[in-house]
Amino acid sequence: MKVDHTLPLEYSTKQNGMNIFGFWVFLAAEIMLFATLFTSYFTLEHRTGSGPSGAEIFEIAPVLIETFVLLTSSFTIGLGVHAMRIGRKKAMMTFFVITLLLGLVFLGFEIDEFITYIHEGATLQTSAFTAMLMTTLGTHGLHVTFGLFWGTAILLQVKKRGLTPETANKSFIFSLYWHFLDVVWIFIFSFIYLKGMM
Amino acid sequence: MDFFDRFAIPNPSIAIYASMVAIGLTVVAIIAGLTYFKKWGYLWREWLTTVDHKRIGIMYLISALIMLFRGGVDAIMLRAQLAVPDNKLLDPQHYNEVFSTHGVIMVMFMAMPFIFAFMNYVVPLQIGARDVAFPRLNALSFWLFFFGAMLFNISFVIGGSPDAGWTSYFPLAGNDLSPHVGTNYYMMAIQISGIGSLMTGINMITTIFKMRAPGMTLMKMPMFTWSVLVTNLIIVTVFPVITVALAMGTMDRLFGTHFFATTNGGMDMLWANLFWVWGHPEVYILILPAFGLYSEIISTFSGRNLYGYKSMVASMVIISALSCMVWAHHFFTMGQGALANSFFSITTMMIAVPTGVKIFNWLFTLWKGKIRFTVPMLYSLGFIPLFVIGGVTGVMLAMSAADYQYHNTMFLVAHFHNTIIPGVVFAMLAGLTYYWPKMFGFMLNERIGKWAFWLLSIGFCLAFFPMYITGLDGQARRMYTYSEATGYGPLNMLSFVGAGVMAISFALIVYNVYYSVRYSPRNIGADPWDARSLEWATHTPVPEYNFAIEPHVASSEAFWDAKKKGHELFPGKVEKIHMPNSSGVPFIMSAIFFVFGFSMIFSLWIPAIISLIGIFACMAHRSFENDHGRYISVKEIEETETKLRGVN
Repeated sequence: MKVDHTLPLEYSTKQNGMNIFGFWVFLAAEIMLFATLFTSYFTLEHRTGSGPSGAEIFEIAPVLIETFVLLTSSFTIGLGVHAMRIGRKKAMMTFFVITLLLGLVFLGFEIDEFITYIHEGATLQTSAFTAMLMTTLGTHGLHVTFGLFWGTAILLQVKKRGLTPETANKSFIFSLYWHFLDVVWIFIFSFIYLKGMM
Repeated sequence: MDFFDRFAIPNPSIAIYASMVAIGLTVVAIIAGLTYFKKWGYLWREWLTTVDHKRIGIMYLISALIMLFRGGVDAIMLRAQLAVPDNKLLDPQHYNEVFSTHGVIMVMFMAMPFIFAFMNYVVPLQIGARDVAFPRLNALSFWLFFFGAMLFNISFVIGGSPDAGWTSYFPLAGNDLSPHVGTNYYMMAIQISGIGSLMTGINMITTIFKMRAPGMTLMKMPMFTWSVLVTNLIIVTVFPVITVALAMGTMDRLFGTHFFATTNGGMDMLWANLFWVWGHPEVYILILPAFGLYSEIISTFSGRNLYGYKSMVASMVIISALSCMVWAHHFFTMGQGALANSFFSITTMMIAVPTGVKIFNWLFTLWKGKIRFTVPMLYSLGFIPLFVIGGVTGVMLAMSAADYQYHNTMFLVAHFHNTIIPGVVFAMLAGLTYYWPKMFGFMLNERIGKWAFWLLSIGFCLAFFPMYITGLDGQARRMYTYSEATGYGPLNMLSFVGAGVMAISFALIVYNVYYSVRYSPRNIGADPWDARSLEWATHTPVPEYNFAIEPHVASSEAFWDAKKKGHELFPGKVEKIHMPNSSGVPFIMSAIFFVFGFSMIFSLWIPAIISLIGIFACMAHRSFENDHGRYISVKEIEETETKLRGVN
């Protein structure tokens, strides 16, 4: 493959450029996926049947912590990509590790939140509202979980192979994915939790 | 025994036992044949592991033809059951299963792979590329489609087929009213092949945006490539919607949620809305590439460039935008109120305008052209008047007040078959005949092809025009029989005769393939139709790297310019070419998806979890794999080129 050194490493071959473009198209599809989930959520939001409503089960404290943790992780992965651009492999890896750890903390709080809901009698089977809530949150949570494994795989490759056009490309695409999950979370925080608690 | 009871057919009949035996014998015959002729290695190396867009296209084509046969047999059974009043050929449950699988197979597993076949084969050649942007992903898309289709097709011998229609409306599709596993098959099979379609969408958009030959700006792309681009933009927009809807439906059926139930806050209309938000654009996903093929064929056989290129592009973009704003016209009668109905009525009628623009553009392309009445051209010329009838009845259906009379009658069935058969099926058969020499190196026989065209057109009119009349008289669709007093008998018998004529026509097409394999001359050159775009500028058979030298383009008809106006198509010299390596992982991963889908359908949780881990293991393997592809050397290319020049 021809490597163009005037471009950043992650864009330096034709295939790299296409990978990034293709991933943006994939993210467009992901936006449609979450848009469908949000639409269904707004449709079923007040259809609580005999189960609890959002106002009865939402708690602000853990959700705020989750928000801050995830927003911070978006910042650290940005630092990681910056470190990658200036060729500092070790700094890049450190920031990626911090990002993944923050993702893990987020996930821990989210799992705890789900367990609390279930103890309060809001399970997947309780009502259309609880099922939709858990599906929307769960889809985001599964994306984060997948990201943890994916990010770890990329870190192992960077460690073994160094910063090559290929590993840089993968790391950059992973950062796009991670920022995207952050954006989705902002919508979840605003339009599910805050709106639900009002 | 409880464990095995779930695999039993809920309503066995002799026909189903006969198909079990037939499937068993076919599998044995294929295995024995491959072993006897020692073709296992060839099959694995050259086809199952290939990432070549041309071979993947041909595999899509073969699958689509097989599924056309399967869906066609369903159609004949439906028409045979309705041919006379109070018929007892199929029982109601069996009839429900047959019309459900007919719809799903024809849309998802026949028409979709048919258009993917042409997208895969033609688009990279038309834009002068060596392959698609992500060849490995392309193979994965194909195999996910293939195993999704296989999963759907085993439903009628293991556990029972879906019986809630291809729309699978809840609460009918819920556990209470559809207790056997049929609808689980629907949910899982469409989900698996849908993931493949979404990835094809991403792949094609990237290919078209990033891999066009030098000089080919967006407004110099051939019209088929334009149609594929617009189509894939729709795919990426709407397939995630059906993904979510199917996931929610699966959870309702398997995990006891209440999304679409009528209790505990569930809302059955949510399914109808989500389904059609995908379902309506889906029919445009099918028709737009068909329009693209017609544009290529009509301009080739009129000997003229396409009239109104810019308005063709604009109308496709407008159609694609409008297609996402009309979904509620599928359920005008379900009580969403006058305002919503009026809105969707108007947007629906508006679609007729850009479609009409396209029709006039084709007519003006024909105007003063030197028309050659070849088989692809006959299909295209048959398409124009027949499709207009389908479009006009569509505008009738779009009027929401009048729709209360037409809704759920045979009138609707006649309408959508009138758009899909002359629109999509004619285009696929035209494209098949048109691109056959490029794919296989010989032409299909024109005389047999013309017979098939005329029989298909006449059979189509006989089969579907009577339904307009019975529909207006009130014959409901999806009813397994009717009484003699209704007076529907004679017209339904006429439909059955028409279906028989169509079946004869399809048999003729199969015979044509056999006849042409045996008798067609092989020395036909690279450009047998005297065509206009780049796919005809390379050799037949197409070498794996497509073009030895990257073509340079200055108009939307680069090859025509090269032939007639002395345009230099291949400046530069041969350089080594980078190609991707073959891989078995897409096949294996999709096979694991099949196991996963099957396990989910029958609630076998442990195999489901194991296969899910297998799927992620395949993805991890791909991530860690160090695969840089390979180079074809200049010497190798020159040898191939000399040999192929000798052929032509």
